[in-house]
Order: sequence, then C-alpha cells, then structure tokens
Amino acid sequence: MSILYFLIGCSVLLALIFLGAFFWAQKSGQNDDLYTPSMRILLDDNDDMHTPPIHIVNAKETNDKK
Amino acid sequence: MFRIKNLTSITFLIISYHSLLIGNTGVLKNKYFGMISDTVIDKTICYHCGDDCVTEQHISDDKHFCCHGCKSVYEILSANKLCNYYNYNDHPGATQTGSSKRFDYLNEPSIISELIDYTDQHITTVTFYIPHIHCSSCLWLLEQLHKINPAVHYCRVDFMKKQLNIRFDHHKISLKQLVELLTQIGYEPLISLQDIIKKQNTPARDKLVQKIAVAGFCFGNVMLLSFPEYFGISAYEQSFGHFFGYLNILFTLPVVFYSGREYFISAWKNLRNKVLNIDFPLALGIAVLFIRSCTEVIINHDPGFSDTLCGLVFFLLIGKFVQKKTYYHISFERDYRSFFPVAVHIIDKEVETPIALSKLETGHRIIIRHSEIIPADAILLKGDAMIDFSFVTGEALPVQKTLGEIIYAGGRQTGEAIEMEVIKPVSQSYLTQLWNNEAFTGQQHNTTQTFNEKVSKYFTVVLLIVAFGSLFFWMQTDLKRGVAAFTAVLIVACPCALALSTPFTMSAALSIFDKNLFYLKNTRVVEQMAAIDTIVMDKTGTITAGDGNTVKDKAILSADEKQLIYSACSNSIHPLSRMICRYLGPQEKQLVNKYEELPGKGILATVGHHTLRIGNELFVFDKRYSSGNTTKVLILIDDVYRGYFEFSHQYRDGLSAITAMLRKYKLYLLSGDRDYERQDLVQFFKDPGTMHFDQSPQAKLDFISTLQKNGHNVMMIGDGLNDSGALKQSDLGVAVTDNVNNFSPGSDAILDGKSFKKLPSFLRFSKDTVKVIYCSFLISLTYNLIGLSYAVTGKLSPLVAAILMPLSTVTIISFTTLATHLLAKKRNLL
Repeated sequence: MSILYFLIGCSVLLALIFLGAFFWAQKSGQNDDLYTPSMRILLDDNDDMHTPPIHIVNAKETNDKK
Repeated sequence: MFRIKNLTSITFLIISYHSLLIGNTGVLKNKYFGMISDTVIDKTICYHCGDDCVTEQHISDDKHFCCHGCKSVYEILSANKLCNYYNYNDHPGATQTGSSKRFDYLNEPSIISELIDYTDQHITTVTFYIPHIHCSSCLWLLEQLHKINPAVHYCRVDFMKKQLNIRFDHHKISLKQLVELLTQIGYEPLISLQDIIKKQNTPARDKLVQKIAVAGFCFGNVMLLSFPEYFGISAYEQSFGHFFGYLNILFTLPVVFYSGREYFISAWKNLRNKVLNIDFPLALGIAVLFIRSCTEVIINHDPGFSDTLCGLVFFLLIGKFVQKKTYYHISFERDYRSFFPVAVHIIDKEVETPIALSKLETGHRIIIRHSEIIPADAILLKGDAMIDFSFVTGEALPVQKTLGEIIYAGGRQTGEAIEMEVIKPVSQSYLTQLWNNEAFTGQQHNTTQTFNEKVSKYFTVVLLIVAFGSLFFWMQTDLKRGVAAFTAVLIVACPCALALSTPFTMSAALSIFDKNLFYLKNTRVVEQMAAIDTIVMDKTGTITAGDGNTVKDKAILSADEKQLIYSACSNSIHPLSRMICRYLGPQEKQLVNKYEELPGKGILATVGHHTLRIGNELFVFDKRYSSGNTTKVLILIDDVYRGYFEFSHQYRDGLSAITAMLRKYKLYLLSGDRDYERQDLVQFFKDPGTMHFDQSPQAKLDFISTLQKNGHNVMMIGDGLNDSGALKQSDLGVAVTDNVNNFSPGSDAILDGKSFKKLPSFLRFSKDTVKVIYCSFLISLTYNLIGLSYAVTGKLSPLVAAILMPLSTVTIISFTTLATHLLAKKRNLL
C-alpha cells in the first residue's frame, strides 16, 4: 500500500500543473473576453463568397411563385 | 475544422429558413395593405442600415440606400470585396445621415499620446470604444480592416465591451486616418476625455478568480484526502491518516494566507475604525479553524478541520464573485467629460487650429460645425445657431439662438458652422460647474447601512459572549474541554451562511432587474431602493419619451395637398419636417421647382404650380398670434391658410399607472422647462404643489438635499446632464435612457425607457428581496443554533462541522435563488 504515497504525490503534482496552467491563462488574458470567440468561429474567412446571400435568393423565388 | 464548417452551414440553413418565413409574411403584409389603398408605394429599405428610403436618388448595384453616407459605405466595402458584411445579418449598418466629423485634432501629438495604449518606432496600439458594434457582421468587418488598409496589422473586437483593439504601422497610416477609415465604413469611435476604456481594461487588483481557483483546488484535494477519515481508517493504516493530516495542513496554508487574506485585512481595518462588520467573525473563524487544525494534526494526530476551513473560504469567495456583476457596455461613472469633445477648433489670427479642450480659455474664438458640441458657455458671434439640447435637457427639438446670445455648454449645433467667443472656462460653465459641487467632490455619503452590516454587529457580540461563556463554564472543571468548546463555538457559528445570503439574493435580484432592462450599479442599490420613500422625477426625456412627439393634424388636406407637403418636406432634414413626412407616410413625390429652407423659420417651396409656405407663425403670418404651449407648423398653400400640424409631448407608457400605484411614496416633479404642460400633468401629479418648473441644475440638486435633510430617502429619476447633480445627491439616482449605449449621466442605476412602466413592480420587488434576506438570515441562525448545541459541550467532531457547513451553505444558496425567482414571477418580472 506504500505505493499510495507515490500516487498521491503524482496526482497532486498533476493537479498543480493544471492550476499553474489556469494561472498562466488568466495572466495572459485568455479569459478576458469570453463572448466574442463564440461569434468569431461562425464567421467564414474565405474572400470569394462575393455572391448574394442564400436566404435572400430563396425569399425572391417564393415571391416570384406567388 | 470540418465539424465547425458543418455547423456554420446548418446555422445558415436555419437562418435562411427563418428569413424565408419572414419573407412570406412580408408578402402577405404587402398584399394586405395593397388592398386598402392602391396609392401606397412599396417601401424601399436601405440596404445598409434598414431605414426607410425617403428618396430614390441613392442607388448602387441595384441596391437602394437612404442617404449618400450609406451608399458610400457600401461602395467602399464592395470595392474591397467585403460584401460578406451584408450576408451575415440583414441591414447591419448604422444610418450615415448627418455625420460629417472632423478629426483634425488627432494630429496633435499631445492628444494622440493620451489616446494610444502603446507605441514604438514602428507600430502603435490603440483601443477604441465603438458604440455601433452590435452584430456578427460588425465583428467580421472590423477584423478585416487590414484588407482595406494593409497598414493595419491586427484588429480584435471585444464584443461585450464594444471595443476594438488595433495595432497599426503609424508611418503608413496616422491615427487620424485610421479614425477616418473607421468612420467611413460606418464605425465611428467615440473618443472622449474621460477614458472609460482604460479604466475598464485595467485588470482587477484583487485577483478574485485566482483566489477562488486556489481555494477550489485545495478544497477538492482536502476533501479527497479526508474521505478515508470519514469512513474510518483501520489501525494498521494509521500512518496514512497522519500523512493525510499533514498534507491537509499543507493545503490549508495557501487557502488561509493567499485566498483568505482579504478577510484578515478587512477585519483588522474595521477594528481600527471601531466597526464590527461581518469580516471580523469570519476572520476569527478562519484563524481558529486553522490553529485548531494545526494543533490537532501535529500534537494529537487527529484529523482536524481542514476540510471545513477550505470549504468555508471557497464558498465565501464564490459569494464575493457572484456579488460582483459587471456590465461591460454600461458605464455608471460618466460625467460631462465623456460627452464633450476632446478638442475644439479655435480661430487664432485668421487661422483655424485645433486645441485640446483643457487648454480652452475665456476669450478664445471657437468655431462649431454641424453636429459638434459646444464645450463651454459662449456668445454667438456669427452664423445661424440651431442648438439641439437633447443631451442636456432631453428636449428633442432644436432651439434657435440669435447673435449675441449666450449659449450654454452642452448644446449640439445643427446646421451651418457658427463662430462663438468663450466667456467661461469649460469647468466653470453653467452646466459643468455642477461637478464642483460637494456632492461630487466630497466623500461618498453612504449613510444607509445594509441589513448585513446592521446585523453582523450584534451577531459578533453575541457570538463572543457565547464563546467566552462556554470557555469559563468548562474552565472550572476541565481547561482542555473549555478551550475545545471555545474554539468549537467560533468554528460552528462562523457566519458563512449569513455572509452568503446577501450576495446570492442580490445577484439573483440583479439578474432579474437586468432581464427587465433595469441595470443596477451594484448589489447595494437593491437595498437602497427598498428604503426609498420619496420619488422625484424629471420631466423632459424622463416621463416624456425622447422622440415620442405626437403629430396632430389640425388641417383638412386633400390627397393632392398631402403630396405637395410631402414633396416639400422630404427635402429638409429638420426634425419637424422629418416628423411630418413620417406622419404623412410614403406619398408620391411631385417635382419641386424651387426650394428654400430658412433655418429656424420654415420652408418656401414651389411644387408643380403651387407655392408652399410651411413653418412657424412668425414665418407664415409675420406675426405671433398665440403663446401656445405646443409646437406648431403652419401650412400656407397658394397664399391660403390650410391649418397646421401640432406637435405635443407624449408621456411614457403607464405614467398614470405609476403615479397611481405609487401612493405610498411622495412624488415630485422637477423640470427645467417652463410650465407649459402644467395642465396636462395635473392629472398625474394631482397636487400642483409637488410640481416645480424652471429649475436650474443646481436648484434640482438643492431640492433633493432639502428633502434629505427632512429625513426622506429620495430616489431621483432623470435623464439629462442637467439632472446629474440631483442624481448624484439623491440616495438612489436612476438615469432613464432609450438606448443604453447612448450617453447617460452618472447614476446608481440605468433604466431603459421601455421598462419605465415597470417601475412600481421594481420597487415592490426590491422590498421582497430584502424580506428574502431576512428569511435566509433566520435559516442560517437555525443552523448556527444546531451547531452551537454541539459546540458548547466541547465535543464537536470534525465530521459534524464538515457536514453542517456545506449543508447550510447549499440551503441558503438554493433558498435565496428560488425565493427571488418565485417573487419575481409574482411581480410579473419574469
């Protein structure tokens, strides 16, 4: 059972590394803006999408049908 | 990455489906209206900003625009292949009508150095506050700035704060050019003297999040290591028990000396000021827990109370965190400096030069252009002044001023450029001298104690009496047991639940207010609101909606005549003409042969074969007939008087309900205006003695302080800069605004005009909230009594403490949250 001493030491060390990582993230400002990245990920970054938006085309089509 | 793309396409599908539905209803609507009258022309909507297009002049790529500004924004974006901007959202832009700003002052090195964050030989970093940031299109476009101008290296938007951080090469693009570029694409930054941005971006000094992280980390580990002890450790595994005990002590060290340090500091400070607040018993509890755990582990080889200690500090810090609510997009600390321009143009030896506002002196000749703000009291020397005082008084219509007249600071010129001579320095102006009043310069007068502060005084005294009582009781027979009982009492009675009840109740209340568009500065405000017994209201902009002027048609006009008037008025940008156009609705436009607009008077136009004279009495009849209490626009077609349009203020929704439901409160009206509307207002305020007109900003402030001297708790509801003094002086200052991103004066709370009618519910709910705090205090007392009954015997097991403490905490948190939400439902606030 003495292996427990070693295992507890390992787990505490691991946990400390994570705590350190959190401190680093906090210090480098990664948690400053928690909202904008969620919007940024939904935006496309290719430039050649220079076409009219899909939904407007659709709306026009339904207009014509009526 | 593949998944993310998929997700985007799905969202787009959903969006397109939605707009399909909307498109269909739009078709239905058109058909419906088409049946009613065939003369109605399809409304064209500006592709850029979504406003109605009054003219058909501005077309580019088959797209209609309401004005030249919107069109030019579109042209810049399409030239740079940035039309995706319009794909993410429909009409994401801001209307560009009437914005022509000059940024010459951004060439002044002294001003530049105040604005930028960082600069070296090659690059400069600057952060702008851009009020228009509101959708994903904004975010996308602003982060593509480098495509328009390669000198911009890096752009990052902070959406919640509405800030844009830019790094650029200042050799290739100057700060002025950068601001002009942003303005060109419709994102004009708000540059002000009072730098809110820098204040917001300074990291919080107390490092609360880090402290919670440490406390949580230690709490988790200590709980893990304490579990064997809870289930019992067999005799041959005793060495593990000791090892865990020592480890626990190690873990409590950072909790006590890093996370819990604030409590010791605060308790010590308060003791020196001879105040007993809740931090004292908390600090005492933490200290006793730590010392007793250490001695038990080291001397007696017992498990100690490390788990209770870590849990206590962790939960306390969570409570602190919850209490701190920040609204990034709202500032409660604004004064005139955030509203006034950074610089102003002066004429010195026939040359026009920009000068920082702080250097402006009496005798300077300043030049104020269209939509610029007059920064100091000055005499009008040249030009036609139409001053819009809406920011100062909330009055929507511009005021005409004549040469030689003194114009007070804070007004915004509309129309041509005017020349003025400064007669008072900026800080001594009629408006700004308010900020020299002691309400602003003196110490914060937080006389009202919160319930927590009141109670914790007595709590501490009783706690100490019980602790010392049990110590002396057991000391006569068994000293060891006496000390054990003494420490146990301090541990068990540590007012953790009490300390948590206020923050959790208040933060729940705050989020409910927030959902109802009522933004409070901090949790303390809720209790202040519950204590209010007198309410003072401003008139213009507060109980009248800012743009809620209603037009009354006091003329009998044929359809043809309506078209004539519409055709003439659509050429004017004067607010009254705009309102007439909006009132008449879209009409077929007739050819205007001759058009002349006389500022402050009216319009002289020839439409087809008819001559039109539209304007005020003086202009139409050369004479003033009535000293009426409303604004009138008279119409003369072919020298025949056809009647007039009447503009009257509209009171906000539910004003009568508010004044009726607020019977329990004393209600006053303070207005800076003349008493034109006294007759209209009597129905709301009943007692004419409670209505005060012609009040200067200083008089408003004095009125509040007189009420306070008579022992009233005063709530001031205002909106303009002229209410600033009264808002500050009052026990609870509420600023009403129709757009929370717009300027609002410094206050304790900001209320969106849409929620004005909910004011009675807000006041009742604040009282309910205080009752919830009372109840949760009783609950936490019950837990304390149960714990104390164990503690005074001197036989408190660590397990009981470890169960009791989290249990009471969880009860309090769930009770307060549930009760607040239920009460909010009852008041129709959810």
